[in-house]
Amino acid sequence: MLILLGLVLGGIVLIANKKQLYQLEPALFFLFLLPTIVGDAGYFMPARLFFDNLGAILTYAVVGTLWNAFCTGFSLYTAKVLNVIDEKVQADLMDFLLFGALISAVDPVAVLAVFEEVHVNDTLFIIVFGESLVNDAVTVVLYKVYISFVEVGPANVQTADYFKGVASFLIVSIGGTLVGLVFAVILGFITRFTKKVRIIEPLFVFLLVYLAYLTAELFSLSSILSMTFCGIGANKYVEANISQKSRTTVKYTMKTLASIAETIIFIFLGISAVDKSKWAWDTGLVSCTLVFILVFRAIGVIGQTWVLNRFRLVPLDKIDQVVMSYGGLRGAVAFALVVLLDGEQVKAKDYFVATTIVVVFFTVMFQGLTIKPLVNWLKVPRSTSRKPTINEEIHERAFDHILTAVEDIAGLQGYHHWRDKWEQFDKNYLSKLLLRKSVYRKSELWEAYQKINIRDAISVIDQGGNVLTSARLSLPSMASRASFPEFTNVTNYLRENGSGVCLDLQVIDNVPGAKVEEDTETHHFLAGNLYKPRRRYQSHYSRHFMPLGEKERQDREVFQRNMKYRMESSKSTRHKRHKKERSIKKRRGSDPKDESAEKPRRNVSWHDKEPVLVPVDSEDDKGEHSEKEDDEGITFVARKVETPKPRPKSVPAAVEVSSSPLASPPSRPPSVDTPLPWIGGVGSPPPCVSVEATKIIPVDLQQAWNQSISSLESISSPPAPPAADTVHPRISALSRIGAPRPASYTPSSSSSFFSTSNTQLVQGSFLFPEKAPKEEDEDESSHESQPLMSTLKPPAPPPPPKPPGAAPGQGRRKNPRVFLRSLVTAPPADSTEPRSRGPTQL
Amino acid sequence: MGSRASTLLREEEIEEIKKETGFSHSQITRLYSRFTSLDKGENGTLSREDFQRIPELAINPLGDRIINAFFPEGEDQVNFRGFMRTLAHFRPIEDNEKNKNAAPAEPLNSRTNKLLFAFRLYDLDRDDKISRDELLQVLRMMVGVNISDEQLGSIADRTIQEADTNGDAAISFNEFMKVLEKVDVEQKMSIRFLH
Repeated sequence: MLILLGLVLGGIVLIANKKQLYQLEPALFFLFLLPTIVGDAGYFMPARLFFDNLGAILTYAVVGTLWNAFCTGFSLYTAKVLNVIDEKVQADLMDFLLFGALISAVDPVAVLAVFEEVHVNDTLFIIVFGESLVNDAVTVVLYKVYISFVEVGPANVQTADYFKGVASFLIVSIGGTLVGLVFAVILGFITRFTKKVRIIEPLFVFLLVYLAYLTAELFSLSSILSMTFCGIGANKYVEANISQKSRTTVKYTMKTLASIAETIIFIFLGISAVDKSKWAWDTGLVSCTLVFILVFRAIGVIGQTWVLNRFRLVPLDKIDQVVMSYGGLRGAVAFALVVLLDGEQVKAKDYFVATTIVVVFFTVMFQGLTIKPLVNWLKVPRSTSRKPTINEEIHERAFDHILTAVEDIAGLQGYHHWRDKWEQFDKNYLSKLLLRKSVYRKSELWEAYQKINIRDAISVIDQGGNVLTSARLSLPSMASRASFPEFTNVTNYLRENGSGVCLDLQVIDNVPGAKVEEDTETHHFLAGNLYKPRRRYQSHYSRHFMPLGEKERQDREVFQRNMKYRMESSKSTRHKRHKKERSIKKRRGSDPKDESAEKPRRNVSWHDKEPVLVPVDSEDDKGEHSEKEDDEGITFVARKVETPKPRPKSVPAAVEVSSSPLASPPSRPPSVDTPLPWIGGVGSPPPCVSVEATKIIPVDLQQAWNQSISSLESISSPPAPPAADTVHPRISALSRIGAPRPASYTPSSSSSFFSTSNTQLVQGSFLFPEKAPKEEDEDESSHESQPLMSTLKPPAPPPPPKPPGAAPGQGRRKNPRVFLRSLVTAPPADSTEPRSRGPTQL
Repeated sequence: MGSRASTLLREEEIEEIKKETGFSHSQITRLYSRFTSLDKGENGTLSREDFQRIPELAINPLGDRIINAFFPEGEDQVNFRGFMRTLAHFRPIEDNEKNKNAAPAEPLNSRTNKLLFAFRLYDLDRDDKISRDELLQVLRMMVGVNISDEQLGSIADRTIQEADTNGDAAISFNEFMKVLEKVDVEQKMSIRFLH
């Protein structure tokens, strides 16, 4: 695709200027474009996989490339002698060997571009890709050796020079590797001391990796090898040393730069393809080259695989071989090298350039595009981008140890033996030298564990921050409070916590779906009390991921603030209400959990609510919404008017005991449905929020507050609505039904609704009773004490049906506790329900 | 040593072992020479001490567990047959073996047996469940002293929770297999024995 774009671009440029303005300059390519790609590849190379297959990679890279180079060179020469290639191509054996050398190397850029798309299995990928990286050394050496031969003239080449060539190959490759490793050590060592200057951490990574490249280039060593090994070697230590942010920066910057460079390279290739000035077409040469490349690649792969399979644990099968042969893509490296040729020395340079372009195009375009269908057709096992679970991490580690031990027992000095030796060395010396002390202490297993937990946490939040009820438990109430006011800090806070035990707890808690009801209930109660701050936090955090989360958070905040207001105005009543609401919320939370589909469920319920609420204009919802808006914006004053209005409506509707019946009746039913979930969400936060929130609340709210006081009472008083809510979440259908009712609202209908809900929602009813008692207790006791109470209470589930009724009755609040308890104990819920309802409806 | 080993090993014995474990003749003789070199007592069996004399095994965190795996329950001697039987777990699965998997007796190097071997390393009390304590012990061996008990505990909890499907707070062998079903156990639990 990119090459096509380049072709088009080149065509435009050509038409416009009649002359090629841009082309791929070898200097640009080797100094900037190639390093970014190779650096990225090396740094993110899966080291374990690479070394697992090192033998195969080296074989293919060295033997395979040499084989390709010589065979292609000699065959082309033969073709030339046989006059298949045109007379105009003035080249002798040396020139063809040179050409063969540069054209035979598999190109890392092209391989990366194509294979990342194809997603073949890891082993296959690493072999082809590793080969493309490592064969750079071979290519460079061959290229340089031939260049010098060509310059000297074939006649003057002595036998000793050939040995020099071999020696220089060893020097170039090993030297390049060593340079890379030295820089890796330096890099690791530097990042050990950058704790106070986090910002330059990524800079060091880039600079030193790049320096490894330049240094190797400077000494005519294999720069690609150097950079690759620098990346591989440094990755482990650097990743452990630098901060999370730096890690992210490095990762994305590298990836971005690499893809930019790749894009540029392909575009340039496309452009240069239309450059007429460099074209020198010879059909014989082009077709011969193509055929030879493909044939020898295939032969080489098959031959080497046959040898390798005798030693490999997991043999490469025929399909792998086909893909490997077919995946021998040539690319920009070959092109840059051929452009670098000296036209004086190599007479046929133009022909070679043209041929190279054709070869590159053919391999990248044709093979690159067809390899995917081919892979599909051959059913090559694909790689699954799946993160390991903690079990796999642990057990695979155990496997490694087992294998090492067995090798030792069997007296084999096998791969595991040497890896174990290396790990010991790494642990005893390298890590001590290159890792920060704090990092060094941590074990890899722990790191992996944290990673998994963080991932889980994020995914959980993604699915809807609500779910994390249990997680809150882990957070200390203190911390939550402290963090509460500063939302900006929340993310940081989260992160810190995330790495710690807290998240773990959360995960653990969430994971077991088969927890006992009681447990969950207690959890919820505790969570409601302790963890509000957490909640906020999470919701805030989730904001980045999901709009839903944000909404919820806002709702909660608003709700909390409202509650605070109320609290201030009348503490005792407030407390009760808060608690009640909270409890309701808790119930809600617990209910969904019990239901099982915790996360999804909740989200769904929210969605439902929101849509439903808005249209219906349920009092509570409205009030909250308006408040929400106020809180958010600075425009409190402007919205004041609105807020009060909704408030009053909602209040009467919700509480309805004494307030104007007008608004209440219609709104009421909706309020019941919608408010419930809402309350549930909001309920938990209020306790924590209290002080700050109250301060924050604008004056306008206060007005609304006064009006709302009555409403609050109503809210607190009508337990039924909450109950209904709790029920609703479970049965979405019910909630829906509830919404419509408001419109046609009638006392009878409402009562019926409640009863239905009660009956159907046994669990919800359970919760209610519990809550009520709790709330009452809590009112008197401090909020803090609540959790305990709640925990105690949950186990004792009073008669389900009654609670709702009782709660409404209690709405008045007078002796809520006693009353509630009595209700709980005695199941005359039905009677109570009608009563409470009656007033509200009226 | 080598020559002596091969002389002591009778042909029919080799044949039996070959049939049982799938090792080739040369592999068996090679391993037998290793066996005899480990056998300091020269009584045809290996004791725990013989294993513990291997220096590399001393630094292997799971070394003791693996040594134990060589010994049948209640015994502290293992003969060459037993030795080979254990090692056979790690023989790679070869292509032609995959096809005849329907054979009545499952070969020792099958995926299930490989996993079972690993599972037994955890399952100290042989109740076919990895309890939290058992997991913790192995974890402790593998991570060294740098991790606090608390952290390790949470890892263990998490691990069990992840694997536990029936809610008994322990990992049964079925759960163990399930957790690792996506892992290429055939490859990761195999060693290339020299021919």
